[in-house]
Amino acid sequence: MIVNDIRPLLAPMISILCAVLIFWRGGNAFLRRSFSISAAIVKWVVVFSMLQGSLAGKIYVTELIPFVPGISFLLRVDGLGMFFGMVSSTLWIITTVYAIGYMEGEHARKRFFAFFALCVSTTVGIAFAGNLFTLFVFYEMLTVCTYPLVIHEETPEAMRAGRKYLVYTLTGGSLILFSTALTFYLADTVTFAEPGILSISNGVGLLAAMFAMFMLGFGVKAAIMPLHGWLPSAMVAPTPVSALLHAVAVVKAGVFGITRIIYNIFGVSTLKDMALEGMDVASVLMWAALITIICASLMALMQDGLKKRLAYSTVSQLSYIVLGVSLLTPDGALGGIVHIANQAFMKITMFFVAGAIYKKTHKKNISEMHGIGHKMPLTMATFTIASLGMMGLPPTAGFISKWYLCLGALDAGKMVVVVILLLSSFLNAAYFLPIVYRAYFMKPQDGNLKTDEAHWTLLVPCVICALYVIALGLFADLPFVPLALARGAVTGFFGL
Amino acid sequence: MAEFAHHCPVLMVITFLAGAVLTPIVSKSKKKFSFWWAFFVSLLALLFSSCAVWSLYTKGPISYWLGGWEPPYGIEIYFDYISSITFLMTVLGALIILYSKKYIEHDIKEEKLPVYYTLVLLLLCGMVGFSITGDMFNLYVFLEILSLSGYALIAITEEKLTAMASFKYLVMGAVSSMCVLAGVALLYNVTGTLNMSDMALRLQQFEPIATSYMALCLFVVGFCVKAAMFPVHVWLPDAHALAPSPVSALLSGLVIKVGIVGLLRVIYGIYRLGGAIDFTTVTNFMGWLAAITVLVGAFFAFFQDDIKMIFAYSSISNIGYIIMGISLISFTQPERGYLGMVGGLIHIFNHAIIKSTLFLCAGAIIYKTGFRKLSDLRGIGKKMPITCGALTIAALSIAGIPPTAGFICKWFIVLGAIEFGRGIWAAALLIGAIFVFAYYIKIVNAIFFREPAEPILEVDEAPLSMLIPIVILAISCLVFGVFAYLPLAVIKPAAATILGLPPTYIPPGG
Amino acid sequence: MSVSELFYKLNVNFNYVVAMTLFIIGLYTLISKPNLIKKFMGLNIMETSIFLFIVSSGAIAGGKAPIFGEGVGPETVFVNPIPQALILTGIVVAMSTTALALSLMIKLYEQCGTLNADKLKELK
Repeated sequence: MIVNDIRPLLAPMISILCAVLIFWRGGNAFLRRSFSISAAIVKWVVVFSMLQGSLAGKIYVTELIPFVPGISFLLRVDGLGMFFGMVSSTLWIITTVYAIGYMEGEHARKRFFAFFALCVSTTVGIAFAGNLFTLFVFYEMLTVCTYPLVIHEETPEAMRAGRKYLVYTLTGGSLILFSTALTFYLADTVTFAEPGILSISNGVGLLAAMFAMFMLGFGVKAAIMPLHGWLPSAMVAPTPVSALLHAVAVVKAGVFGITRIIYNIFGVSTLKDMALEGMDVASVLMWAALITIICASLMALMQDGLKKRLAYSTVSQLSYIVLGVSLLTPDGALGGIVHIANQAFMKITMFFVAGAIYKKTHKKNISEMHGIGHKMPLTMATFTIASLGMMGLPPTAGFISKWYLCLGALDAGKMVVVVILLLSSFLNAAYFLPIVYRAYFMKPQDGNLKTDEAHWTLLVPCVICALYVIALGLFADLPFVPLALARGAVTGFFGL
Repeated sequence: MAEFAHHCPVLMVITFLAGAVLTPIVSKSKKKFSFWWAFFVSLLALLFSSCAVWSLYTKGPISYWLGGWEPPYGIEIYFDYISSITFLMTVLGALIILYSKKYIEHDIKEEKLPVYYTLVLLLLCGMVGFSITGDMFNLYVFLEILSLSGYALIAITEEKLTAMASFKYLVMGAVSSMCVLAGVALLYNVTGTLNMSDMALRLQQFEPIATSYMALCLFVVGFCVKAAMFPVHVWLPDAHALAPSPVSALLSGLVIKVGIVGLLRVIYGIYRLGGAIDFTTVTNFMGWLAAITVLVGAFFAFFQDDIKMIFAYSSISNIGYIIMGISLISFTQPERGYLGMVGGLIHIFNHAIIKSTLFLCAGAIIYKTGFRKLSDLRGIGKKMPITCGALTIAALSIAGIPPTAGFICKWFIVLGAIEFGRGIWAAALLIGAIFVFAYYIKIVNAIFFREPAEPILEVDEAPLSMLIPIVILAISCLVFGVFAYLPLAVIKPAAATILGLPPTYIPPGG
Repeated sequence: MSVSELFYKLNVNFNYVVAMTLFIIGLYTLISKPNLIKKFMGLNIMETSIFLFIVSSGAIAGGKAPIFGEGVGPETVFVNPIPQALILTGIVVAMSTTALALSLMIKLYEQCGTLNADKLKELK
């Protein structure tokens, strides 16, 4: 059921307004904070108010500015969009609180918070985009809005990272624009539709080339190897940015785009038909994801910088999502999509912890973190929970995604995926558990065992996220949790 | 009112011409008065052009017989959809004149002020006349009026090398005018008339002969030099970079578009309408050259350090976009070129706004600091936030980042190229756009994310008379991106009529 | 095409041939000569060639000036006056271009001390 509503537009607009207000009066710390937090909450309420209807199968639509028939600026909240919108607006509140604490005493805070708000605005825009054109508009805006955040430190290293980031993502963006135009040429429309808008009659070779271009384009942000190079370098950004970039905004925009392309542009049946014609592009994507999972994990093992290790872990985890959606089975897609939320909460916890440690002790490297668990017990406890989640142990959220991914792989008859998922769990254990071990079971270098936690604005977000990781695992089947939303989306994709 | 609107097109030209001639007289005793006079004249012309455009979109094209002589014997002023560019010209003209006030007083001697404003008004007169005339020889005369005043304006300052830049422009410009004149002469020999619509009509009646092809080639060469397409772009970088900034804005924003208008008039107004000659070989060639132009312009811009030089090369690249858009035409199926034409036309409009913003911002920075090299301007964004903010918006816009105006053009041209089966052109455009973005990000990085260099610590924001045009233009860069249907409402019927489709044409799809 | 036919065509389109030859001479001068004044003379030759061409296209053998007066009847042959009118305008334009170019050259000479295109290139 399609409902015309202003709310899909309102959600991104709130953050844009917030950014404008911050540019205008953000010099004042109190005003800046009030703008940021109240916008985050208002936006959450707006998105949440659509949740009930979305679960009941309603699709909220705002159509603005038709350019030519088939292309307009269209915002449309369906199951998948609602899922991603809900995740990002929830995380914005938490990250804003964290960022306020973290950025205390840093330079150019006005710029930081304004662009922070813009990023979230564009992310929600991506979630609610109703066609490829709108998706592309927000996708490019996201690239530009994150740039000032990545180079926030303004050091030569940060500038280099920023340049790398732009080159990667803009090249990807151009590929997307090109294939979007091709899509319009073939299908005379670019609006997302449930069974997909392209069909095999458009020519298998052309479709395969388009699929490849789309995947290369979105794969940059989804950090599929070998397109992942920008992500570890972008770690020079302040931690809330890394958290936002790596958990919610940028990388998830990439995997979200891939999901949209697979299920709403190509469609499951077209991709299966292509496989029958000898162009099994989905399998190619699946293999790319599998290779990325393993390679990135191995790279993560070799990193000493905590944030660098988390970055490679992100690269690996993102490919879980890509893997899930490329399996083309309902359970696999469910596992992949729900991992968008689960990974977000787990990874953001870890980044928050990394930031808290850095703020408190100015330590960046794992080799310096002996006994940090004695000093910051609660912080490290949250880190432990998140690590267990990453490994996919019950009762954490990570278990749910892995469970469905395995089910999907078995459905598709691909045992190799199950094997690699298990292997990846071991690798996850191998690079996260040593950190936990070092933190709790080794003596601090200065021998000081006194508890000295970070400021509450840094600590509370960690704790909330960690609790959420457990809650998502324990109560996965309740309504209003990501799994239920993802299930709604998957039902549509497969016409169940 | 309708009666008044009928006279508006010609009144525009007369206003500018009379204004230009009278400028030295009215400002004889008080040189600075020439600004107010020129500003008044441009506002008056703006009024007329708004009237004419309003009448065009409510009642259709205006055909005005000069002196009451019936065409094809007399000269006809034909205000059609292509002519609505005059509105853009008058608006930008007024804004740039306003901007000139402080800038030019600073740049040239006081006794030369009336000369400057005379030339600017003459330039505007030439451009407006060029866009509305329906007579081929008149077209040539207006082309020369605007070119000559353009050459003179470049050399108006005492700065070194301006004379050389101007001379280079003059030689190439004069040769291109010669080509246009030769084309007019050949077509006159074939058809025996100078009126454009009559020419089209008579071309239809004859067998296509070599002379008509020759004329077409001469026109294309002539107008492409004026538009600065590769490989005849060499005059542009020096001329646009060394001219005073408001003049650069006029030249880059509008004067090079005159070449495009000329192409539209000749190819679509005469040859397509005539229908007898298959010109797709020529447009195809233009399209390929345009694709190269996009890349060449973007590539060279990358190595410049002088900000105005960067903008000048980026103009070349953008002219490539426009010509690419308008070259996507099929002789037998005009509707296939629709999206590309929309893209090309909207880029005429958007590029004029964006590039003027960029040059005016650069001008404001040069006016305040005296520097024009990127390496000297580090950290200027902290001292001149409004100017540099506008510069950033325009830079994003020209790189085609949504939701700015530039994105809409890029989108339509790429769409058009792919619909037309020219994926490579689209690819060239996208690669060019990445390059463009790479060098604009270099500028933004330098002005915002670097520590201010020593000499610019004392600098403050530009004066109000400069900020007003800059801010208006920067806001329009955003507004025409977000509310792109505003310019599209005007441009869609224009594109449709140029291609010979009904003005209310809607492409299939959806 | 036989030789005689070629000559016939050249003879009929004599004005085309002359104009194009002059045009090419002008263009050659413009491109090859380093001296700016000579370059500009080339340009003037090009202009002249086109003026000649336009005027000649209106000419008719034995045609009279299109002025009504004595001895003019319905059977009198006139030359076409429009090309001549055009060329009057064209000459004015060409003259102003020349004037501007010469004044620019004076300025250029004052600024750079030379009018040699090759040397000017080095100055940059």
